[in-house]
Amino acid sequence: MSEALIRVRDLQVGWGDRILLSSASFDVERGDVFVILGGSGCGKSTLLRHLIGLETASVGTISISGVGAPRLEGAAPEYGVMFQSGALFSSMTVGENVGFALREWTELPTDAIDAIVKAKLALVGLEGAEGRLPAELSGGMKKRAAIARAMAFEPKLLFLDEPSAGLDPVSAAELDDLIIALNRGLGLTVVMVTHELESIFKVGKHCIMLDKDSKSIIASGSPSQLKADSQDSKVHQFFHRQARVR
Amino acid sequence: MSSETTAPEHVFGDRVSLLAGLVPQFTWHVTELPDGVRVDLGGPLTIEEAPALWKRLTELLESSTSKTRVQVDNSGVTSIDGACTALLVHLRSELKARRVHCEFTGGSPAVRRLIELYGGRRRPKARRARPADNAVEQVGRATVAMFAELVSVLDFSGRLVRGAWFSLRHPSRLNWRDIGVTMERAGADAAPIVMLINFLIGFVMGYQSALQLKQFGANIYVADLVGLSVTRELGPLMTAIIVCGRTGAAFAAELGTMKVSEEVDALRTLGFMPLRFLVLPRLLGLVLVVPLLTLLADGVGILGGLLVAVLTLDITPVAYWGETLKVVEPWDVFSGVLKSGVFAGAIALIACQQGLATSGGAEGVGRRTTSAVVTILFSLILLDAIFTLVLGALAP
Repeated sequence: MSEALIRVRDLQVGWGDRILLSSASFDVERGDVFVILGGSGCGKSTLLRHLIGLETASVGTISISGVGAPRLEGAAPEYGVMFQSGALFSSMTVGENVGFALREWTELPTDAIDAIVKAKLALVGLEGAEGRLPAELSGGMKKRAAIARAMAFEPKLLFLDEPSAGLDPVSAAELDDLIIALNRGLGLTVVMVTHELESIFKVGKHCIMLDKDSKSIIASGSPSQLKADSQDSKVHQFFHRQARVR
Repeated sequence: MSSETTAPEHVFGDRVSLLAGLVPQFTWHVTELPDGVRVDLGGPLTIEEAPALWKRLTELLESSTSKTRVQVDNSGVTSIDGACTALLVHLRSELKARRVHCEFTGGSPAVRRLIELYGGRRRPKARRARPADNAVEQVGRATVAMFAELVSVLDFSGRLVRGAWFSLRHPSRLNWRDIGVTMERAGADAAPIVMLINFLIGFVMGYQSALQLKQFGANIYVADLVGLSVTRELGPLMTAIIVCGRTGAAFAAELGTMKVSEEVDALRTLGFMPLRFLVLPRLLGLVLVVPLLTLLADGVGILGGLLVAVLTLDITPVAYWGETLKVVEPWDVFSGVLKSGVFAGAIALIACQQGLATSGGAEGVGRRTTSAVVTILFSLILLDAIFTLVLGALAP
């Protein structure tokens, strides 16, 4: 069994006094594509925000690489994050977005940063888009650009919040292929939130399913394992109903 | 037994009267039962019938409080749409809330299917009405909200000091680009409107004072009045109000939009302190540029007064200018400029704090922008009053 990169123990997730998950414990192994899934409002994105460090846990612990919760602000990024909307800085070009952290946290000359930006954009299939503004990109391109920005600082861990949400099936499939390529080709550990069944089966290696009513993790395992073996009616309904729709 | 039937007649026959529910096409027959009432519905129940149906349902609801059961028989319904189905389902849930049992019976498969789709088969839950907050609870909530806002302001201030300290130690890490952009947008771009408004203020002041002073033969004192009031009060205050409306609102809306679109979160995940990266450049840019705008405002305000004096009081420009120089001391100009720098700081800090406290999407951005402008205007007047007292005491 490989080493756990992220270790979460007894984590309480919520906003203010509203608790979405009363106690969550799980491990994410290095090189994994770990999927957090569940219905709307069950706390998937909020759990991700806790893992990223954007929310502070009042109960429970998160440890990444054995050194506690990740540190935000005032230091070079330790991991990459792609937000649901992409969250590209609208006043900057795509190239400036991707090279943003490099300009701040390295002594690299502009030419070198430009070269890295070009390579990162090529990696996500956006060659030549560095001069364009985010408003000029389609939804799928924005998400690719956001992944390129998240990848700029060579992270070993990538967080993705609903990468295929709002995309057409072709763009969503292309994004899934990109995630697989990054995981296999670069050895990136990926933690993603989604409820797209197609993505879960195509990309996910392990997953946990959250439940709004019991405020807990109701299933854990590989997607195919959960689909075939889970006795929980909600898990069964989640995997089988969506599969039928598609 | 009581019954009433709505005659399916066209009185006017036009669609307007149909839409207004004036000519109901459906039938409504009420039969008293030992423990309640039965309503036999018939004919078409479409959106055109909804106003009349709603009226009937409301009457039924009001008269059913003493009943224990209401049966709605849809056997005679020839067609039904979503709007009327929604009204029937609403009736049932309202009756349930009043502890009156309501059931739908009869109807074609299509009618039953639609009722089922709208939750007709679902057992309605009795709603527990949330009691309205009493005065003490309202005061309590408002106090808690006020303290939460205070905590947010203190948190903002602490982070800002931390960001400023970091920037002092690492000046190269400051977002110099945004300082320039802020100075251009809040300064150069605002210069025309600042000049126009302050010119008109000087003009109006000069005109109003000329009307009075002319009666006493004290025409030349128009220059004194305009010069002193513009440099000490009106120039800085009017400029700050314009900057509040233009730039303060823009800061709050821009940062608010960045907050709700997760751009601020993205900044943090890239290692940036949002306050250092977003707020400090705006604060510095505004503090540097607003005093310059104020000097410009002083100049054009005096020019406005000069124009009135020349046109209506037969004072020469040289005499007006000479009187202005005689009465307006460097301290008057300096105190106005100093005040404008503090105004600029207040505008930037309040606007950015409100912007970064935004939550809840587009509506939240609008709310915070409005709140920013109102808070800034109040603060400007308060600061101006404090300055008047302090500078009055310090004046040479």
